[in-house]
Amino acid sequence: MARALRCMELVELITDYLEGELPRRDRKRFDAHISECDGCRAYLDQMRRTIRATGRLTEDQIPEPAKQKLLEVFQDWASA
Amino acid sequence: MRKRSGAAEEKSLIAALRRGDEAAFEALVDAYGPAMLRVARSFVRSAAVAEEVVQEAWLGVLRGLDRFEERSSLKTWIFRILTNVAKTRGEREGRSTPFSALTPEGTEEAAVDPDRFFPPGHSSAGAWASPPHPWEDVPEERLLSNETVAALDRAIEALPGSQQTVITLRDVEGWSAEEVCNVLGITETNQRVLLHRARSRVRRALEQYFDEG
Repeated sequence: MARALRCMELVELITDYLEGELPRRDRKRFDAHISECDGCRAYLDQMRRTIRATGRLTEDQIPEPAKQKLLEVFQDWASA
Repeated sequence: MRKRSGAAEEKSLIAALRRGDEAAFEALVDAYGPAMLRVARSFVRSAAVAEEVVQEAWLGVLRGLDRFEERSSLKTWIFRILTNVAKTRGEREGRSTPFSALTPEGTEEAAVDPDRFFPPGHSSAGAWASPPHPWEDVPEERLLSNETVAALDRAIEALPGSQQTVITLRDVEGWSAEEVCNVLGITETNQRVLLHRARSRVRRALEQYFDEG
C-alpha cells in the first residue's frame, strides 16, 4: 500500500482528480483519504460548488449597441 | 448553433455568410458573441476595449472566410482569430498573458494558504489545522444569488490573464479541455495547471466571501 496522502497534497491533486487525469494508484489514495477526512471532503465539495456556480455566469446576449455595431461591420463587408 | 452543429450545417452557414446573409451572421453573433466578449475581457483591461477586440475579430473572420478551409471547426477558427487579436491588443496595453504555466512567477503558488495546515515537524504535519467549513449549510439560493455571482465575477476578473482565459472557456462556457488547448495552442498539462490555479483561487475567494457574510 502506498503512503497515505496528506491534506496539503490532496488539495493540489484535486483538478487532476476532477478531470479524470489522476493515475489509478493516486486515485485510490485520493478516494481513501477523502473517505476518512472531513476537511478534504468539505474542500472537494466546495470545489464542485465553485465550478457549478462559475457555470452560471454565462450571458445570453452581448450589449445591444455592440451588436448593432457588428451588424454594421457585416453590412460594410457584404457591400464591399 | 448548438454545440454539436453538424458539419453539413456548418457548411451551409459558411455559404450563407459568403453570400452576405445578415440573418446567418446575426445568429452566429448571438451564439458566440457573449463568450467572445468574455474571453476578450481576459486579455484586455476594459469592457470597451474588449468590444473593440470582438469587432476586429469579426472583421478578421469575415475577411478570412474565403480562406477558411474547414480543417478546424468554425468555432475553433473564430476563437483562434479572437484570441490572436486580443493577445496583440493586450500586449500593446502591457497586459501580456504568458500561456506557459511554467513561468517562474506562479510555480510555487499553493492552492491553499500553507498556514492552514499543521507545519512540518508537527505530529499531524500537512493535515488541516484550520479545515474548510462545509458549504452544505450555505443555502443554494445564496450560492446562486446575484451577490455571489458578483463576487465570483470579481474573483475571476482578478485572476492573471491566462488563468482567466482558461477558466472562462472551461467553467463559464463549458468547453472541453481539448477545445481549449486547440484554440489557445497550449498543452493538456499546461491547460490543467492554469485551470487548477484559477479554480483554487476562485474557491478561496468564495470561501472568504461566505465566511465574512
